[in-house]
Amino acid sequence: MNATPEMTAAGAASASAPTGAIVMNCQIDRVFYGDFLAVRASTVPIEKNKITGFIGPSGCGKSTVLRSLNRMNDLIPIFRFEGKVTYHGQDIYDRKVDPVVVRRYIGMVFQQPNPFAMSIYDNVAFGLRLNGFKGNLDERVEKALKGAACWNEVKDKLKNSGLSLSGGQQQRLCIARAIATEPDVLLMDEPCSALDPIATRRVEELMLELKEKYTIALVTHNMQQATRVADTTAFFGVDISQGSRTGYLVEMGPTRQIFEDPQQKLTGEYVRGEFS
Amino acid sequence: MASHHFDHVDRSGSVSGPPSAGDYVFDRGFRGVAWLSAVFILALVVYIVIEIGGKALPAFSEYGFGFLTSTTWNVQTGQFGILPEIWGTLYSSLLALIIGGVFGVAIAIFLTQDFLHGHLAAVFRTIIELLAAIPSVVYGLWGIYVLIPLLRPVANWLHGEFGFVPFFGTSLSGPGLGPAALVLAIMILPTVASISVDALHQVPYKVKEAAYGMGTTRWEAILKVMLPTAGSGILAALVLGFGRALGETMALAMLIGNSNQISLSLFSPANTLAALLASSFPEAGPVEVRALMYAALVLLAITLIVNAIGLAVMKFATRKFEAER
Repeated sequence: MNATPEMTAAGAASASAPTGAIVMNCQIDRVFYGDFLAVRASTVPIEKNKITGFIGPSGCGKSTVLRSLNRMNDLIPIFRFEGKVTYHGQDIYDRKVDPVVVRRYIGMVFQQPNPFAMSIYDNVAFGLRLNGFKGNLDERVEKALKGAACWNEVKDKLKNSGLSLSGGQQQRLCIARAIATEPDVLLMDEPCSALDPIATRRVEELMLELKEKYTIALVTHNMQQATRVADTTAFFGVDISQGSRTGYLVEMGPTRQIFEDPQQKLTGEYVRGEFS
Repeated sequence: MASHHFDHVDRSGSVSGPPSAGDYVFDRGFRGVAWLSAVFILALVVYIVIEIGGKALPAFSEYGFGFLTSTTWNVQTGQFGILPEIWGTLYSSLLALIIGGVFGVAIAIFLTQDFLHGHLAAVFRTIIELLAAIPSVVYGLWGIYVLIPLLRPVANWLHGEFGFVPFFGTSLSGPGLGPAALVLAIMILPTVASISVDALHQVPYKVKEAAYGMGTTRWEAILKVMLPTAGSGILAALVLGFGRALGETMALAMLIGNSNQISLSLFSPANTLAALLASSFPEAGPVEVRALMYAALVLLAITLIVNAIGLAVMKFATRKFEAER
């Protein structure tokens, strides 16, 4: 599906105007877990065919914001979202929208590799079968595994359990599973935090390849990773002034600008490693 | 063991030191007790098998394997055969496994997949586990006074309308296979449900996230991801439930009708090995006791074989898809 290039004005003053087509625009008023205000007013546009990196100290709500983009947070009963997340102009939090449908268009890769307890082949074919794909399954599985840069490692053992692979291979298998149905947007929630440096490298290279076809939103606790792969970076901070810990978007802009010429004092302190 | 005291280390003012001699004695003593307990259990099983085998040996040499395939149990003529009992044992247990298995796994899904609030699920689970605390004889009485009168009109209507179906081939006059299997299903329900609940609880949250992240509906997530992932645990639950059903005695002796016949009909009276043993032993003479010992050995063999098959299947299922290579 092609995005109608709609230039939704970024609401937050600190976000500089994006240059490309916006696939998703996340306009958060408030996000709660029970009574706890987790994230307050933040606007995060996600641009087409770019990697948007979310960085910030722990507890700043970057994962919460990412998981609001495909309604994964709905799994948590006490989660409450106030605001709008538009996807090609349609609010995914609209009452008429089924979260199941949202997740079919907006795929996700998680922090921990989480392949299903089934064969490598079935893992990748899972989404295809789920969507009632009637074409050549083998071909699509191969394509997805190639796309996730793990075809050569697994092509001779497609019938083996997905859990028999190493951590890095499992994560790439999960990426293959996510891209097999060719979703529009790929959300990646610290996809390398459980991986060793070599596997991390491979996944980062993969992200750069994938952005040619997909739009990616990436949460990372690793600032170097953001500088290596993200086109745009959103820096989230924690506000402790109300006696609670509430996350909010401090600043968003081209990655180079965030790291070399931040507009906010807090951003500068964070990217220089003065707190974490 | 206590030879390394690191005497050359200056440890004035430090609390660190080697375990005392008493600690070592306790350690060794504890290990001994653990070993003894394990060996005792093993010895007990072997002793029981040998003892029953020994008592069954005279009957075995007299009746041979014909004992397993003949259908008469007549003390006067000295003819003994347990085919109807073997059939009744397997048939009633299988029926109970199907009914109890379906309901048990369904309950486990209901209790673990966010259908109920956490506290309510815990209360629910406790109630189901309390089913296991009801004595077998009480189930038997409930079956006689509540279940059979309740089932009889339904059963007889089914027999009248669909009598050509083998399962409804006879009418239900009182005790019979159907009521016995139903009670048996209720009795194995707590076992199946609570072990399945544990198995489903052990599925990591990240697997559930992965399923929903792919855009599954709740039922797709449960049927295509959660159940297969918990598969080996649920299989264990079913095997244990089946094992329990095979050996259940009192309720069956009260409900199954103790009749030597082989029938597919759910409403026909039948008999099981355990029920045969329980009802015949008190008045059995020496000849019949020998035959009963043989029957006991057969029951023991059936349960052992079923459990062994169950373990093998579980091992196979586990090996195939859990994190081993």
